[in-house]
Amino acid sequence: MLPEEDKNMNENILEIKDPVLTLEGLSVAYDTNVAVKNVSVGFKKNSVTAIMGPSGCGKSTLLRAINRMHELYENIETTGKIILNGQDIMDMSTIKVRRRMGMVFQRPNPFPTMSIYDNVIAGYKLNGIKLKKGQKDDIVERSLQDVTLWDEVKDSLFKKGTFLSGGQQQRLCIARALAFSPEIILLDEPTSALDPIATAKIEDLLVKLKESYTIILVTHNMAQAARISDYSLFMYLGELVEYDKTKKMFTNPKDIRTEEYLTGKFG
Amino acid sequence: MVKEKDSVIKDHSGSRLLKDKIFLIGIIIFSVITISPILLIIGKLIVKGYRQISLDFLIETTPNTFEAMTSIANGERIPGGIANGITGTLLMVLLAAVIAIPIGLITGIYLYENQEKRLAGVIRNISDILQGVPSIVLGLIAYLWVVKHVTQGFSALAGSTALAIMMLPMIVRSTEETFKMIPNAIKEAALALGVPYYRVILQILIPTGFSGLLTGILLSISRVIGETAPLMLTALGSSVINWDVTKPTSSIPLLIWEFYNDPNMVDLIWSSSLLLMGIVLAFNLISKQIAARRR
Amino acid sequence: MVNSEKITKIVLISVSLLIIVIAGGMVFSLFGGAIPSFKEFGLKFIVSNNWNPTEGKENYGALPFITGTLLTSVLALIIALPLSFSTSLFLGEYYRNKRISKIIGTMVDLLAGIPSIVYGLWGFYVLRPFLVSLGAPNQGFGVFTASIILAIMIIPYATSLSNEIIAMVPSDLKEAAYSLGATRLEVVLNVTVPAARSGVVAGYILAFGRALGETMAVTMLIGNSNLVPKGLFATGNSMASLIANQFGEADGLKLSSLIAIGLILFILTGIINAIGKFIIKKME
Repeated sequence: MLPEEDKNMNENILEIKDPVLTLEGLSVAYDTNVAVKNVSVGFKKNSVTAIMGPSGCGKSTLLRAINRMHELYENIETTGKIILNGQDIMDMSTIKVRRRMGMVFQRPNPFPTMSIYDNVIAGYKLNGIKLKKGQKDDIVERSLQDVTLWDEVKDSLFKKGTFLSGGQQQRLCIARALAFSPEIILLDEPTSALDPIATAKIEDLLVKLKESYTIILVTHNMAQAARISDYSLFMYLGELVEYDKTKKMFTNPKDIRTEEYLTGKFG
Repeated sequence: MVKEKDSVIKDHSGSRLLKDKIFLIGIIIFSVITISPILLIIGKLIVKGYRQISLDFLIETTPNTFEAMTSIANGERIPGGIANGITGTLLMVLLAAVIAIPIGLITGIYLYENQEKRLAGVIRNISDILQGVPSIVLGLIAYLWVVKHVTQGFSALAGSTALAIMMLPMIVRSTEETFKMIPNAIKEAALALGVPYYRVILQILIPTGFSGLLTGILLSISRVIGETAPLMLTALGSSVINWDVTKPTSSIPLLIWEFYNDPNMVDLIWSSSLLLMGIVLAFNLISKQIAARRR
Repeated sequence: MVNSEKITKIVLISVSLLIIVIAGGMVFSLFGGAIPSFKEFGLKFIVSNNWNPTEGKENYGALPFITGTLLTSVLALIIALPLSFSTSLFLGEYYRNKRISKIIGTMVDLLAGIPSIVYGLWGFYVLRPFLVSLGAPNQGFGVFTASIILAIMIIPYATSLSNEIIAMVPSDLKEAAYSLGATRLEVVLNVTVPAARSGVVAGYILAFGRALGETMAVTMLIGNSNLVPKGLFATGNSMASLIANQFGEADGLKLSSLIAIGLILFILTGIINAIGKFIIKKME
């Protein structure tokens, strides 16, 4: 049933054994405008997968489909299957789905009315989960340790998170996503608003975090994908063009469009 | 890097989603309650007021109490109309606009030109404070200034003074906001040609921002048309059509107040209010329309 | 050329200074007019609850009207709060950018356009009889009735500002909360409203300032008794409506006392508005 073109494309798409997360025929449409077309792909546990592509290719749209953020907006329709650990999550309540996936956004967005401490445990607070003081302290310390922010902020935990530098804020946002112990961390160009030093810190952090989490990262920065990702997805005009181990894709792209993008012919 | 594996925390998603729904229903119900008065009030005005409205109502002056009483006794429509109120409102609002518009425009331009200056900050703050002064206090002021010292008696001029002070801060604010939205490049292009500044204002800024300025002016007029309290202290009222700004003058709201206090005339309150409401709404909607078209 | 630039500048600045002159003149005239009363009664003017224009026994105390004004305004604010809060969430969050929001928003704006005297008529002929049928005393006149009408009148002022601020809360902030699994209600209460807090508060403060100075509708409903209101359903009088009611026959000490009340009202609304504007400025 697949059109000829799709069949050819499939050869360029790596098959992952025992994926932690699988997308099957995922499409996203804004009104009648299809932004992500029939994407099927599996993600490897405890690895960093980068989603690349020129702006407007649908990479952020794909990422946001995974934790069903599009359902916040009436004019966006997502179809297809999202399978997390063998379970289709499309029919589950979004409350449950989103708690299993942490999300980090383009611009650091700590809650401006909450302290650093409250930002880290915001997930618990928002979900109305009551914790004992000791439990909260543990979670806050562990999450901030995980993002290497603890030493920098341990004396100002009860100050507003918005007083931190951009890079610190973004690490705080990662800590906020980690506090819930999610299975997947989704990052949408998390360093695009940061300076190179802060970017390097976040990149180091992501490499460390993959020991415990599965990381999916949207990036417009090829060098970043090359530096830290294990697998790379290349999208173009809403289609998944190529998916492979990052090293392979960067040295030997199969599709001409991937090659042109990686060699800077467009983007 | 320890990960809490057994984080099987109950999420109570059922009851949370229920709360979510109930809250939304509450929001909708309360919003409907909020807007219901406008429908109830306009409905009431139309139902009770439309019968009295006729050509006579618009072009004749108010009847005296005795005429009204006889016609009610005979089961007839109350004769006469509110022409003295209509002309009075027209006179006083027009005069107020003539006073307030130039001052408001110029002050707004000054504020726009001197964004960062301390004096501009002071003027902006004072204008803001002035906007919050109750209209009855402005009535007192116009009484103390104009009734006592200028016209030596209640007068349209005094009423207009109170209304003008009311309009002034609104025009200042809308002028500054309108000009702020004009791209600097337009202004600089003219200045680069060596055009003197007053010409830039008159020939570039004002025409470019015209619809914005008009919106602000119309809205400020719609706010003062219905004012009653300050006019009670200044214009007082009159049973005849008066065009002399130094004489007591009536207005539609003042007539409504008189009718309300006169058991024989009370039937006229609804039609007068309907007309007043119609004028206010028309100004309101026209200015909104202009503002919407600008965007 | 240089000359015309200078003249333009001088015209701009001198006309702009007029607003300072007007404001200064207002304070000066109100103080001047109030002096005879303050001289006669001193501080007692504010704390005395006896307003008696009878010749020979003349005494003027503003306490009943200060309490009447504050009581009706506070009560109006309390009544307006849930309605206006819900409406601003309806407009700024739940149905933002929807057609229905445009319609509701326009209607709320129109509420601000209804003249005070029309509110008074509606209160007198519709609301008051309705409250009487529910058992309200004093033929429905009193603080409570006036407060309901005041509440309706100030709702647009409270709503328009808080609705704008709520609509301005960045969507990535809300999305961050959704991505943690929060429901919409949880996002609204924990993220959106706290982020918009100062704007919402400023809106209510400015609305309160409006309520303090409202005249006609209150005059027609509060009952105009010159006593400190003994309860929510008791009659009373406000500063603004006292001025409107008694100005016609006033001269001498009485006129001065009315002006003094105008001065108190002026200062009170000035302070409230300054606080509201200050919060808005800090927000920017």
